Amino acid sequence: MRAEIQDTSAPDVALSVRGLTVSLPKGMERAYAVQNVSFDLHRGQILCVIGESGSGKSVTANTVMGLLPKAIAVSAGTITLEGREIVGMGAEELRSLRGRVVSMIFQDPLSALNPLMTIGAQIDEAMTAHGVGTPLSRRERALELLTEVGLPDPELMYHQYPFRLSGGQRQRVMIAMALALEPTILIADEPTTALDVTTQAQILKLIRDIQRRKGMSVMFITHDFGVVAEIADSVVVMEKGHVVEAGPASKVLKTPDHPYTKRLIAAVPHLRSENRVPVATAGSEPVLKVRDLVKTYRSGSKLFRTERVVPAVREASFEVKPGCTLGVVGESGSGKSSLGRLLIKLMDTDSGEILFEGRDIAALAEADFRSLRPKIQMIFQDPFASLNPRMTIGTILTVGPMAHGMPAAKAREEAKALLKLVGLDTGAYDRYPHEFSGGQRQRIGIARALMFKPKLLVADEAVSALDVSIQAQILELLDRIQRETGVAMIFITHDLRVASQICDEIAVMQKGRIVEIGPPSQIFFAPEAEYTRELVAAIPGEDFEAKTIAPAAG
Amino acid sequence: MSTASTLPAPAPRWWKSRVVRRFLGHRLALLGLVMISLLTLACAFGPYFLPYDSLQIDLRGRFLPPFSGDHYLGTDPLGRDIAARLLMAGRISLLVGFFAMLLATILGTLVGVIAGYGGRTVNAVLMRLVDGFLSFPTIFLLLALAVALKPSPIMITVIIALTGWMEVARIVEAEVRSLKEREFVLAGRMLGLSRAHIMFREILPNCMGPIIVAATLTVARAILLEAYISFLGFGIQPPLPSWGNMLNGAQQYLGSAPWLAIIPGLAITIAVTSFNFIGDGLRDALDVRSDSF
Repeated sequence: MRAEIQDTSAPDVALSVRGLTVSLPKGMERAYAVQNVSFDLHRGQILCVIGESGSGKSVTANTVMGLLPKAIAVSAGTITLEGREIVGMGAEELRSLRGRVVSMIFQDPLSALNPLMTIGAQIDEAMTAHGVGTPLSRRERALELLTEVGLPDPELMYHQYPFRLSGGQRQRVMIAMALALEPTILIADEPTTALDVTTQAQILKLIRDIQRRKGMSVMFITHDFGVVAEIADSVVVMEKGHVVEAGPASKVLKTPDHPYTKRLIAAVPHLRSENRVPVATAGSEPVLKVRDLVKTYRSGSKLFRTERVVPAVREASFEVKPGCTLGVVGESGSGKSSLGRLLIKLMDTDSGEILFEGRDIAALAEADFRSLRPKIQMIFQDPFASLNPRMTIGTILTVGPMAHGMPAAKAREEAKALLKLVGLDTGAYDRYPHEFSGGQRQRIGIARALMFKPKLLVADEAVSALDVSIQAQILELLDRIQRETGVAMIFITHDLRVASQICDEIAVMQKGRIVEIGPPSQIFFAPEAEYTRELVAAIPGEDFEAKTIAPAAG
Repeated sequence: MSTASTLPAPAPRWWKSRVVRRFLGHRLALLGLVMISLLTLACAFGPYFLPYDSLQIDLRGRFLPPFSGDHYLGTDPLGRDIAARLLMAGRISLLVGFFAMLLATILGTLVGVIAGYGGRTVNAVLMRLVDGFLSFPTIFLLLALAVALKPSPIMITVIIALTGWMEVARIVEAEVRSLKEREFVLAGRMLGLSRAHIMFREILPNCMGPIIVAATLTVARAILLEAYISFLGFGIQPPLPSWGNMLNGAQQYLGSAPWLAIIPGLAITIAVTSFNFIGDGLRDALDVRSDSF
């Protein structure tokens, strides 16, 4: 590995970064976005750059593309692109390289596409900008590209606007645009993070296929070791702006050297082959029974014949026992979040029963339900949006109990005790949310939900917005809390690996319907429904996990 | 677990840091703030230091130009000291402006929050009411009301407020509607907080930025409106001075004693532009709400 890195002049190196240091403006939490970063992207290979948020992986990619914001600048190092040094290159010269030699795909295909231009026009534009071809030849080329990225009916696609396309299709269009000028290097910045797991699997396969077919070199930025296992030839691991480990994918994944890499890999949620050990306090009588729950969204007007009916939840039935966790998994639009909101009555139910401790709460009016609210609490997805930015942590925690008549002094005491329970200093009590990191805020969100000593916790994608190592900590915390308090939990997530970590039972939802429900061992290793099988097969890095888990289990 | 228990270093409170720094970096806004402060102080305390009372008539010293003896800004057609009248008028004009703003902001915020947070029907009814008020030509309404009602300073304040709350309501309504889908509002509902609590204690503090900006611009507008109707003779009635009716009294002497018009005109211009500058500065300073996170 050492030898490879020193060998800078090798003809098979498409992109070589040496000692790259990018400084940040004063007043940021560290002086450098990346410091002394070196790596090589070999011709015809896929290099994965992996790291958690703030590790500098996107800054590295943007530097190579020459897309750094004005406030931050390269202060040292060289970037050699196809034999040409690009640090210090003029803007115009750099622009001519972009698209032709190196091209980029972004994370969010919706904001990266111009909503007011047709797909065809946008691909055409990429070629026009570099003065390539005639209108006719460009059109032909665009159609060819749309076919190449596997979009159905390219003729029709050519005239479509981005909003007509699904997330996966948009990402395919982005890839088509990136390929328009036959670049030799493709930089992909978290291109599958915003996509569903089955779509992610398709896009990964597409990138892999195209890379092989064209012999391109790909630099792939990601935070997900599963994705790395799926496509990488070699890996660069970044932490806080430094490269901590680099090498062939098989080596880094199987025998990591650096403690940070080890920690990251250990934190990757694995599919567990055995079921969770039941909590000692688990009761037998279900705390929640749901029968034939139905919710349909209606928009538009019947009168003007513009009514649109979208079934969000269709005849969902399940039970949760005290001390047990029911996972609800599904892709976006499967109705899993709607289900969660129905359960805590943030939305009204159309029909069906929600029996909470034997009482049907679906039919209760808000005023009657208010006394029961403390018993059913929710942990929200976005730790940045779920805490009121204008309130101190103390107020956030105590406002609910005090509204239900708890004396202020007692609420304060409980809040401080809970802050400790969730692993925060009691000094957090007087702070404001913006002073905390995402993981810490999520702990505060959990403390808020626990203030009432609830019987049922609904966690809606509670760890999805967090880095993988933080994710593991929060899951551990939830597990510990459940063992200590015997609270029943409904854990909504799109990530099957996470679900397998914490759930006693898992319900798989598709288009509003629960297609399968069972213990993790059944869902992951002997799925009955076709859709479950698809979902499980699409989990990135399955093989890698099978390889690493199997010896441990056996 | 141990990493999670370490607290971040105490960050400066948001009001101490970027917003204030950005505002102070806005030169025109700072200028506006200084001028308004000076003007307010002068109007509040100035009259006690002047040798003449604003109502003291001196028929021998009529139409004195500025800087004649003790009459720093000259005298008017009845020989009253203009400096004294200007500052007394400033008290009225600024007070009318301030309280009109206060009333308009409170009313507008109330309507905006309720319309924004309420259901479809409540929203439709309230916002159509706002549209209705907006579709009245303000000046005609003001004049009609001023004719019908006895034009005391309080009445004028109320009338100006009644024609000025709609913009605040619109701004607040839009803000509340976007905030009410945020998760912290859902969290409030989950905790079983009352609707009023969620509306006014959870959501409202998050709309303060736009409200403050709108309020500042409303002051400017209110001062201008007061001057306008007083100039037309339907506002503050002499002998009580206001910048507007000082202008009214000055118009027939524009050729012979132009300072009668120029001085109150200048005062109005300074007050209005200053408030507008402050409003712009606040808007820029408060704009990037994301960094209060």
